[in-house]
Amino acid sequence: MVSFIFIMFGLGWGVSSFLICIADEGPKRAKRPQPPRSGIEFVSPEIRAFQEDDFSSPAMLWATRGEHLWQETAGPRGESCQSCHHDAAQSMKGVSARYPKIDEPSGALLNVEARINRCRTEKQKAAAFAYDSESLLALTAYVGLQSRGMEMKVTIDEKNKARFESGQRLFSTRIGQMNLACTNCHDDNYGRKLLNDTISQGHINAYPAYRIEWQDFGSLHRRLRACFYGVRAQLPTAGSDELLDLELFLAWRSQGLPVETPGVRR
Amino acid sequence: MSVAKISLPKSVNRGESVAVRVAIQHPMETGYRVDNKGKLILKNTVREMNCLYNGALVFSAEMGSGIAANPYLLFYLVAKDSGLIQLNWVDDAGVKGTASALLTVV
Ligand code: HEC
Ligand code: HEC
Repeated sequence: MVSFIFIMFGLGWGVSSFLICIADEGPKRAKRPQPPRSGIEFVSPEIRAFQEDDFSSPAMLWATRGEHLWQETAGPRGESCQSCHHDAAQSMKGVSARYPKIDEPSGALLNVEARINRCRTEKQKAAAFAYDSESLLALTAYVGLQSRGMEMKVTIDEKNKARFESGQRLFSTRIGQMNLACTNCHDDNYGRKLLNDTISQGHINAYPAYRIEWQDFGSLHRRLRACFYGVRAQLPTAGSDELLDLELFLAWRSQGLPVETPGVRR
Repeated sequence: MSVAKISLPKSVNRGESVAVRVAIQHPMETGYRVDNKGKLILKNTVREMNCLYNGALVFSAEMGSGIAANPYLLFYLVAKDSGLIQLNWVDDAGVKGTASALLTVV
Protein backbone atom coordinates (compact mmCIF):
# COMPACT_ATOMS: atom_id res chain seq x y z
CA MET A 1 0.00 0.00 0.00
CA VAL A 2 0.98 3.57 -0.47
CA SER A 3 2.17 5.38 2.60
CA PHE A 4 1.89 9.12 2.99
CA ILE A 5 3.17 11.42 5.64
CA PHE A 6 1.53 14.80 5.86
CA ILE A 7 3.77 17.45 7.30
CA MET A 8 2.32 20.85 7.86
CA PHE A 9 4.54 23.88 8.28
CA GLY A 10 2.89 26.97 9.61
CA LEU A 11 4.85 29.96 8.36
CA GLY A 12 3.29 32.95 10.05
CA TRP A 13 0.06 34.17 8.49
CA GLY A 14 0.93 33.42 4.90
CA VAL A 15 0.56 29.83 5.89
CA SER A 16 1.95 27.42 3.40
CA SER A 17 1.32 23.80 3.95
CA PHE A 18 3.24 21.15 2.18
CA LEU A 19 2.10 17.72 1.39
CA ILE A 20 5.21 15.65 1.33
CA CYS A 21 5.00 12.29 -0.24
CA ILE A 22 7.59 9.92 1.05
CA ALA A 23 8.07 7.45 -1.72
CA ASP A 24 10.88 4.99 -1.81
CA GLU A 25 12.61 3.66 -4.88
CA GLY A 26 11.18 4.82 -8.19
CA PRO A 27 7.53 4.83 -9.10
CA LYS A 28 6.60 1.72 -7.16
CA ARG A 29 5.22 3.66 -4.22
CA ALA A 30 3.92 6.66 -6.13
CA LYS A 31 0.15 6.81 -6.21
CA ARG A 32 -2.18 6.97 -9.14
CA PRO A 33 -5.92 6.39 -9.46
CA GLN A 34 -6.82 2.75 -10.00
CA PRO A 35 -8.30 2.00 -12.40
CA PRO A 36 -7.35 5.03 -14.48
CA ARG A 37 -10.33 6.71 -16.17
CA SER A 38 -9.85 8.89 -19.20
CA GLY A 39 -11.00 12.51 -19.11
CA ILE A 40 -13.46 11.67 -21.89
CA GLU A 41 -15.57 9.79 -19.31
CA PHE A 42 -16.11 13.02 -17.41
CA VAL A 43 -17.32 15.21 -20.29
CA SER A 44 -20.85 15.63 -21.66
CA PRO A 45 -22.24 13.19 -24.24
CA GLU A 46 -22.14 16.00 -26.83
CA ILE A 47 -18.40 16.54 -26.43
CA ARG A 48 -17.85 12.82 -26.45
CA ALA A 49 -19.74 12.54 -29.73
CA PHE A 50 -17.48 15.25 -31.16
CA GLN A 51 -14.37 13.28 -30.32
CA GLU A 52 -15.78 9.99 -31.55
CA ASP A 53 -16.63 11.21 -35.04
CA ASP A 54 -13.49 12.12 -36.95
CA PHE A 55 -15.35 14.38 -39.33
CA SER A 56 -17.13 16.51 -36.77
CA SER A 57 -14.11 16.59 -34.44
CA PRO A 58 -12.53 20.03 -34.84
CA ALA A 59 -9.29 18.51 -33.50
CA MET A 60 -8.93 16.42 -36.64
CA LEU A 61 -8.54 19.60 -38.69
CA TRP A 62 -5.17 20.06 -36.97
CA ALA A 63 -4.14 16.47 -37.60
CA THR A 64 -5.03 16.91 -41.28
CA ARG A 65 -2.96 20.08 -41.36
CA GLY A 66 -0.12 18.10 -39.78
CA GLU A 67 -0.39 15.50 -42.52
CA HIS A 68 0.20 18.25 -45.09
CA LEU A 69 3.13 19.68 -43.12
CA TRP A 70 4.70 16.22 -42.87
CA GLN A 71 5.32 16.42 -46.60
CA GLU A 72 6.42 20.06 -46.75
CA THR A 73 10.12 20.66 -47.26
CA ALA A 74 12.17 23.07 -45.14
CA GLY A 75 15.80 23.98 -44.59
CA PRO A 76 18.80 24.18 -46.95
CA ARG A 77 18.63 20.54 -48.05
CA GLY A 78 14.96 20.74 -48.90
CA GLU A 79 13.99 17.81 -46.68
CA SER A 80 10.55 17.09 -45.27
CA CYS A 81 9.70 14.89 -42.31
CA GLN A 82 8.66 12.35 -44.90
CA SER A 83 12.10 12.34 -46.59
CA CYS A 84 13.56 10.64 -43.52
CA HIS A 85 10.59 9.06 -41.76
CA HIS A 86 8.57 7.99 -44.83
CA ASP A 87 5.14 6.67 -43.89
CA ALA A 88 4.15 8.16 -40.54
CA ALA A 89 1.66 5.33 -39.96
CA GLN A 90 4.66 3.07 -39.50
CA SER A 91 7.52 5.25 -38.34
CA MET A 92 5.49 7.26 -35.80
CA LYS A 93 3.34 4.44 -34.48
CA GLY A 94 3.61 4.24 -30.70
CA VAL A 95 5.83 7.32 -30.33
CA SER A 96 3.29 9.45 -28.43
CA ALA A 97 2.43 6.51 -26.19
CA ARG A 98 5.98 6.30 -24.83
CA TYR A 99 6.99 9.96 -24.60
CA PRO A 100 8.33 12.07 -22.89
CA LYS A 101 11.70 10.42 -23.21
CA ILE A 102 15.34 11.13 -22.36
CA ASP A 103 17.27 11.93 -25.52
CA GLU A 104 20.64 10.25 -25.98
CA PRO A 105 23.28 11.54 -25.76
CA SER A 106 22.18 15.04 -24.71
CA GLY A 107 20.34 13.72 -21.65
CA ALA A 108 17.51 16.20 -22.21
CA LEU A 109 13.95 15.17 -21.41
CA LEU A 110 11.95 15.61 -24.62
CA ASN A 111 8.22 15.49 -25.17
CA VAL A 112 6.85 15.01 -28.68
CA GLU A 113 6.83 18.77 -29.33
CA ALA A 114 10.48 19.11 -28.29
CA ARG A 115 11.45 16.01 -30.27
CA ILE A 116 9.85 17.46 -33.42
CA ASN A 117 11.69 20.73 -32.87
CA ARG A 118 14.97 18.80 -32.48
CA CYS A 119 14.39 17.34 -35.91
CA ARG A 120 13.51 20.78 -37.25
CA THR A 121 16.72 22.39 -36.02
CA GLU A 122 19.24 19.53 -36.07
CA LYS A 123 18.09 17.38 -38.99
CA GLN A 124 16.30 19.83 -41.27
CA LYS A 125 18.48 22.79 -40.19
CA ALA A 126 15.36 24.98 -40.19
CA ALA A 127 14.06 27.40 -37.54
CA ALA A 128 12.31 25.84 -34.53
CA PHE A 129 8.54 26.24 -34.27
CA ALA A 130 7.17 28.35 -31.40
CA TYR A 131 5.64 26.21 -28.66
CA ASP A 132 1.93 26.74 -29.22
CA SER A 133 2.25 27.59 -32.91
CA GLU A 134 -0.24 26.10 -35.31
CA SER A 135 2.47 24.14 -37.14
CA LEU A 136 3.93 22.50 -34.05
CA LEU A 137 0.46 21.65 -32.76
CA ALA A 138 -0.53 20.22 -36.13
CA LEU A 139 2.56 18.02 -36.41
CA THR A 140 2.22 16.87 -32.79
CA ALA A 141 -1.42 15.98 -33.48
CA TYR A 142 -0.49 14.06 -36.61
CA VAL A 143 2.31 12.15 -34.87
CA GLY A 144 -0.07 11.46 -31.95
CA LEU A 145 -2.78 10.19 -34.27
CA GLN A 146 -0.47 7.35 -35.33
CA SER A 147 -0.66 5.97 -31.76
CA ARG A 148 -4.39 6.39 -31.32
CA GLY A 149 -5.87 3.49 -29.37
CA MET A 150 -2.48 2.28 -28.15
CA GLU A 151 -1.84 2.11 -24.42
CA MET A 152 0.06 4.93 -22.74
CA LYS A 153 3.29 3.33 -21.62
CA VAL A 154 6.19 5.41 -20.43
CA THR A 155 9.15 3.64 -18.81
CA ILE A 156 10.61 4.97 -15.59
CA ASP A 157 14.23 3.97 -15.11
CA GLU A 158 17.55 5.24 -13.76
CA LYS A 159 17.86 7.75 -16.58
CA ASN A 160 14.61 9.62 -16.00
CA LYS A 161 14.03 8.85 -12.33
CA ALA A 162 15.11 12.26 -11.06
CA ARG A 163 12.81 14.03 -13.51
CA PHE A 164 9.95 11.70 -12.60
CA GLU A 165 10.40 12.38 -8.91
CA SER A 166 10.49 16.09 -9.54
CA GLY A 167 7.17 15.79 -11.42
CA GLN A 168 5.69 13.71 -8.65
CA ARG A 169 6.74 16.33 -6.11
CA LEU A 170 5.20 19.12 -8.18
CA PHE A 171 1.97 17.16 -8.41
CA SER A 172 1.60 16.94 -4.66
CA THR A 173 2.92 20.36 -3.66
CA ARG A 174 0.34 22.98 -2.72
CA ILE A 175 0.69 26.14 -4.80
CA GLY A 176 -0.92 29.48 -5.51
CA GLN A 177 -3.26 31.73 -3.57
CA MET A 178 -5.72 28.85 -3.38
CA ASN A 179 -3.03 26.71 -1.79
CA LEU A 180 -4.04 23.60 -3.67
CA ALA A 181 -1.98 20.79 -5.15
CA CYS A 182 -2.85 18.93 -8.33
CA THR A 183 -3.50 15.85 -6.24
CA ASN A 184 -6.17 17.66 -4.19
CA CYS A 185 -8.35 17.90 -7.28
CA HIS A 186 -7.27 15.06 -9.54
CA ASP A 187 -6.78 12.31 -6.91
CA ASP A 188 -9.02 13.41 -4.04
CA ASN A 189 -11.97 14.96 -5.84
CA TYR A 190 -12.41 13.52 -9.30
CA GLY A 191 -16.02 13.00 -10.31
CA ARG A 192 -17.07 16.09 -8.37
CA LYS A 193 -18.18 19.42 -9.77
CA LEU A 194 -16.05 22.54 -9.89
CA LEU A 195 -18.22 25.34 -11.26
CA ASN A 196 -19.36 23.97 -14.60
CA ASP A 197 -16.67 21.32 -14.88
CA THR A 198 -16.55 17.79 -13.63
CA ILE A 199 -13.07 17.21 -12.26
CA SER A 200 -11.39 14.28 -13.99
CA GLN A 201 -8.36 12.29 -12.91
CA GLY A 202 -6.15 14.71 -14.87
CA HIS A 203 -4.80 12.36 -17.52
CA ILE A 204 -2.90 13.42 -20.61
CA ASN A 205 -3.90 10.78 -23.15
CA ALA A 206 -5.94 13.22 -25.30
CA TYR A 207 -3.34 15.94 -25.82
CA PRO A 208 -2.83 18.06 -27.78
CA ALA A 209 -6.59 18.58 -27.76
CA TYR A 210 -9.35 20.88 -28.89
CA ARG A 211 -11.02 22.68 -26.00
CA ILE A 212 -14.45 24.16 -26.51
CA GLU A 213 -13.56 26.83 -23.96
CA TRP A 214 -10.53 27.88 -25.99
CA GLN A 215 -12.40 27.56 -29.30
CA ASP A 216 -9.00 26.32 -30.30
CA PHE A 217 -6.59 23.43 -30.35
CA GLY A 218 -3.87 23.55 -27.71
CA SER A 219 -0.95 21.74 -26.16
CA LEU A 220 -0.85 19.83 -22.90
CA HIS A 221 1.31 22.59 -21.46
CA ARG A 222 -1.39 25.13 -22.26
CA ARG A 223 -3.89 22.94 -20.37
CA LEU A 224 -1.49 22.62 -17.43
CA ARG A 225 -0.96 26.35 -17.35
CA ALA A 226 -4.74 26.73 -17.12
CA CYS A 227 -4.67 24.61 -13.94
CA PHE A 228 -1.85 26.75 -12.48
CA TYR A 229 -3.92 29.81 -13.35
CA GLY A 230 -6.98 28.24 -11.74
CA VAL A 231 -5.28 28.08 -8.35
CA ARG A 232 -3.72 31.51 -8.90
CA ALA A 233 -0.17 30.27 -8.95
CA GLN A 234 2.70 31.60 -11.04
CA LEU A 235 2.50 30.16 -14.52
CA PRO A 236 5.47 28.10 -15.68
CA THR A 237 6.41 28.67 -19.34
CA ALA A 238 5.22 26.18 -21.93
CA GLY A 239 8.10 23.81 -22.67
CA SER A 240 9.85 24.54 -19.34
CA ASP A 241 11.63 21.83 -17.34
CA GLU A 242 8.97 22.14 -14.66
CA LEU A 243 6.14 21.28 -17.06
CA LEU A 244 8.20 18.53 -18.71
CA ASP A 245 8.77 16.91 -15.30
CA LEU A 246 5.05 17.09 -14.64
CA GLU A 247 4.34 15.67 -18.08
CA LEU A 248 6.59 12.67 -17.37
CA PHE A 249 4.85 12.01 -14.08
CA LEU A 250 1.42 12.46 -15.69
CA ALA A 251 2.34 10.09 -18.52
CA TRP A 252 3.17 7.45 -15.93
CA ARG A 253 -0.09 8.21 -14.13
CA SER A 254 -2.05 7.77 -17.40
CA GLN A 255 -0.45 4.39 -18.03
CA GLY A 256 -2.79 1.87 -19.58
CA LEU A 257 -5.24 4.42 -21.00
CA PRO A 258 -5.63 4.50 -24.77
CA VAL A 259 -4.11 7.44 -26.63
CA GLU A 260 -6.98 9.68 -27.82
CA THR A 261 -4.86 12.33 -29.53
CA PRO A 262 -6.14 14.57 -31.03
CA GLY A 263 -8.86 14.70 -28.36
CA VAL A 264 -11.75 17.03 -27.59
CA ARG A 265 -12.43 18.50 -24.15
CA ARG A 266 -14.65 21.14 -22.60
CA MET B 1 -2.93 27.90 -44.39
CA SER B 2 -6.08 26.36 -43.14
CA VAL B 3 -7.82 23.08 -43.75
CA ALA B 4 -11.33 22.56 -45.11
CA LYS B 5 -13.07 19.28 -45.79
CA ILE B 6 -16.25 17.79 -47.18
CA SER B 7 -17.85 14.52 -46.20
CA LEU B 8 -20.30 12.61 -48.43
CA PRO B 9 -21.89 9.17 -48.26
CA LYS B 10 -19.92 6.53 -50.22
CA SER B 11 -22.56 6.33 -52.95
CA VAL B 12 -26.18 7.43 -53.36
CA ASN B 13 -29.16 6.62 -55.58
CA ARG B 14 -30.32 9.06 -58.21
CA GLY B 15 -33.03 11.34 -56.83
CA GLU B 16 -32.04 10.65 -53.24
CA SER B 17 -31.29 13.52 -50.89
CA VAL B 18 -27.67 13.60 -49.80
CA ALA B 19 -26.25 14.96 -46.55
CA VAL B 20 -23.19 17.11 -47.25
CA ARG B 21 -21.00 17.90 -44.24
CA VAL B 22 -18.49 20.69 -44.37
CA ALA B 23 -15.79 21.73 -41.87
CA ILE B 24 -13.47 24.72 -42.12
CA GLN B 25 -10.50 25.37 -39.82
CA HIS B 26 -10.91 29.04 -38.98
CA PRO B 27 -10.61 31.08 -35.73
CA MET B 28 -13.82 33.08 -36.50
CA GLU B 29 -12.44 36.06 -34.61
CA THR B 30 -15.51 37.97 -33.42
CA GLY B 31 -14.02 41.45 -33.29
CA TYR B 32 -15.14 41.79 -29.67
CA ARG B 33 -12.12 40.19 -28.04
CA VAL B 34 -8.98 41.94 -26.82
CA ASP B 35 -5.46 40.56 -26.69
CA ASN B 36 -3.21 40.32 -23.58
CA LYS B 37 -2.33 43.99 -23.89
CA GLY B 38 -5.94 45.13 -24.12
CA LYS B 39 -5.81 45.83 -27.83
CA LEU B 40 -8.91 44.95 -29.84
CA ILE B 41 -8.42 41.93 -32.12
CA LEU B 42 -9.79 42.70 -35.58
CA LYS B 43 -12.90 40.86 -36.66
CA ASN B 44 -12.05 38.08 -39.05
CA THR B 45 -14.67 35.49 -39.82
CA VAL B 46 -15.47 33.38 -42.86
CA ARG B 47 -17.61 35.92 -44.64
CA GLU B 48 -19.08 33.75 -47.30
CA MET B 49 -18.99 30.15 -48.38
CA ASN B 50 -20.63 28.43 -51.28
CA CYS B 51 -20.91 24.97 -52.67
CA LEU B 52 -21.03 24.00 -56.33
CA TYR B 53 -22.36 20.68 -57.64
CA ASN B 54 -20.92 20.06 -61.11
CA GLY B 55 -20.48 23.80 -61.41
CA ALA B 56 -23.99 24.82 -60.31
CA LEU B 57 -24.51 26.67 -57.04
CA VAL B 58 -26.43 24.45 -54.60
CA PHE B 59 -25.73 26.08 -51.25
CA SER B 60 -24.33 29.34 -49.94
CA ALA B 61 -24.04 30.93 -46.53
CA GLU B 62 -23.06 34.31 -45.16
CA MET B 63 -21.41 33.96 -41.80
CA GLY B 64 -20.39 36.35 -39.07
CA SER B 65 -19.34 36.58 -35.46
CA GLY B 66 -22.31 34.49 -34.30
CA ILE B 67 -20.75 31.32 -35.67
CA ALA B 68 -18.29 29.43 -33.47
CA ALA B 69 -14.66 28.84 -34.42
CA ASN B 70 -13.99 26.08 -36.96
CA PRO B 71 -17.48 26.13 -38.48
CA TYR B 72 -19.19 22.86 -39.23
CA LEU B 73 -22.21 22.88 -41.53
CA LEU B 74 -24.61 20.25 -42.75
CA PHE B 75 -26.93 20.67 -45.72
CA TYR B 76 -28.79 18.48 -48.17
CA LEU B 77 -28.93 18.34 -51.94
CA VAL B 78 -30.69 16.06 -54.39
CA ALA B 79 -28.42 13.62 -56.25
CA LYS B 80 -28.62 13.96 -60.03
CA ASP B 81 -25.37 12.88 -61.67
CA SER B 82 -22.04 11.71 -60.37
CA GLY B 83 -19.63 14.58 -60.16
CA LEU B 84 -17.69 17.15 -58.22
CA ILE B 85 -18.87 18.91 -55.09
CA GLN B 86 -16.74 21.98 -54.57
CA LEU B 87 -16.60 24.24 -51.54
CA ASN B 88 -15.23 27.80 -51.72
CA TRP B 89 -14.89 30.23 -48.85
CA VAL B 90 -13.48 33.68 -48.24
CA ASP B 91 -12.87 35.51 -44.94
CA ASP B 92 -12.77 39.18 -43.93
CA ALA B 93 -9.01 39.31 -44.52
CA GLY B 94 -9.57 38.17 -48.10
CA VAL B 95 -8.06 34.73 -47.50
CA LYS B 96 -9.71 32.10 -49.67
CA GLY B 97 -9.95 28.36 -49.32
CA THR B 98 -11.44 25.44 -51.16
CA ALA B 99 -12.13 21.75 -50.76
CA SER B 100 -13.73 19.21 -53.02
CA ALA B 101 -15.11 15.69 -53.05
CA LEU B 102 -16.58 13.32 -55.62
CA LEU B 103 -20.22 12.27 -55.42
CA THR B 104 -20.99 8.84 -56.85
CA VAL B 105 -24.58 8.40 -58.03
CA VAL B 106 -25.65 4.86 -58.87
C1 HEC C 1 -8.95 23.30 -8.18
C2 HEC C 1 -8.90 22.04 -8.79
C3 HEC C 1 -7.74 21.74 -9.73
C4 HEC C 1 -6.40 21.76 -9.43
C5 HEC C 1 -5.75 22.12 -8.12
C6 HEC C 1 -5.72 21.32 -10.63
N1 HEC C 1 -6.63 21.06 -11.63
FE1 HEC C 1 -6.23 20.16 -13.39
N2 HEC C 1 -8.15 20.38 -13.93
C7 HEC C 1 -9.15 20.88 -13.14
C8 HEC C 1 -10.38 20.95 -13.90
C9 HEC C 1 -11.71 21.44 -13.39
C10 HEC C 1 -10.07 20.46 -15.18
C11 HEC C 1 -11.01 20.33 -16.40
C12 HEC C 1 -11.87 19.11 -16.26
C13 HEC C 1 -11.06 17.87 -16.19
O1 HEC C 1 -10.60 17.52 -15.07
O2 HEC C 1 -10.75 17.26 -17.23
C14 HEC C 1 -8.67 20.07 -15.16
C15 HEC C 1 -7.99 19.47 -16.22
C16 HEC C 1 -6.72 18.95 -16.14
C17 HEC C 1 -6.10 18.12 -17.13
C18 HEC C 1 -6.72 17.67 -18.44
C19 HEC C 1 -7.54 16.40 -18.30
C20 HEC C 1 -8.23 16.03 -19.58
O3 HEC C 1 -8.57 14.85 -19.74
O4 HEC C 1 -8.45 16.89 -20.43
C21 HEC C 1 -4.85 17.82 -16.68
C22 HEC C 1 -3.80 16.97 -17.39
C23 HEC C 1 -4.68 18.48 -15.42
N3 HEC C 1 -5.84 19.14 -15.10
C24 HEC C 1 -3.52 18.46 -14.66
C25 HEC C 1 -3.35 19.22 -13.52
C26 HEC C 1 -2.07 19.43 -12.88
C27 HEC C 1 -0.75 18.84 -13.34
C28 HEC C 1 -2.31 20.21 -11.79
C29 HEC C 1 -1.30 20.77 -10.78
C30 HEC C 1 -0.36 21.72 -11.34
C31 HEC C 1 -3.72 20.49 -11.74
N4 HEC C 1 -4.32 19.90 -12.83
C32 HEC C 1 -4.35 21.19 -10.75
C33 HEC C 1 -9.05 21.24 -11.81
C34 HEC C 1 -7.86 21.32 -11.12
C1 HEC D 1 17.35 14.33 -41.98
C2 HEC D 1 16.45 13.31 -41.48
C3 HEC D 1 15.29 13.73 -40.58
C4 HEC D 1 14.33 14.70 -40.84
C5 HEC D 1 14.21 15.63 -42.02
C6 HEC D 1 13.40 14.61 -39.75
N1 HEC D 1 13.80 13.67 -38.85
FE1 HEC D 1 12.79 13.07 -37.20
N2 HEC D 1 14.31 11.80 -36.70
C7 HEC D 1 15.43 11.56 -37.48
C8 HEC D 1 16.28 10.59 -36.79
C9 HEC D 1 17.61 10.05 -37.30
C10 HEC D 1 15.63 10.28 -35.58
C11 HEC D 1 16.12 9.31 -34.47
C12 HEC D 1 16.65 10.07 -33.30
C13 HEC D 1 17.95 10.78 -33.57
O1 HEC D 1 18.83 10.22 -34.20
O2 HEC D 1 18.08 11.94 -33.13
C14 HEC D 1 14.38 11.04 -35.56
C15 HEC D 1 13.44 10.97 -34.55
C16 HEC D 1 12.18 11.54 -34.61
C17 HEC D 1 11.12 11.32 -33.65
C18 HEC D 1 11.19 10.40 -32.43
C19 HEC D 1 10.91 8.99 -32.87
C20 HEC D 1 11.02 7.98 -31.75
O3 HEC D 1 10.78 6.80 -32.04
O4 HEC D 1 11.35 8.35 -30.62
C21 HEC D 1 10.05 12.08 -34.03
C22 HEC D 1 8.69 12.18 -33.34
C23 HEC D 1 10.44 12.77 -35.25
N3 HEC D 1 11.73 12.42 -35.56
C24 HEC D 1 9.63 13.65 -35.94
C25 HEC D 1 10.04 14.37 -37.06
C26 HEC D 1 9.22 15.38 -37.69
C27 HEC D 1 7.80 15.76 -37.29
C28 HEC D 1 9.97 15.89 -38.72
C29 HEC D 1 9.59 17.02 -39.67
C30 HEC D 1 9.35 18.32 -39.04
C31 HEC D 1 11.24 15.18 -38.72
N4 HEC D 1 11.25 14.27 -37.69
C32 HEC D 1 12.26 15.40 -39.63
C33 HEC D 1 15.69 12.11 -38.70
C34 HEC D 1 14.95 13.11 -39.32
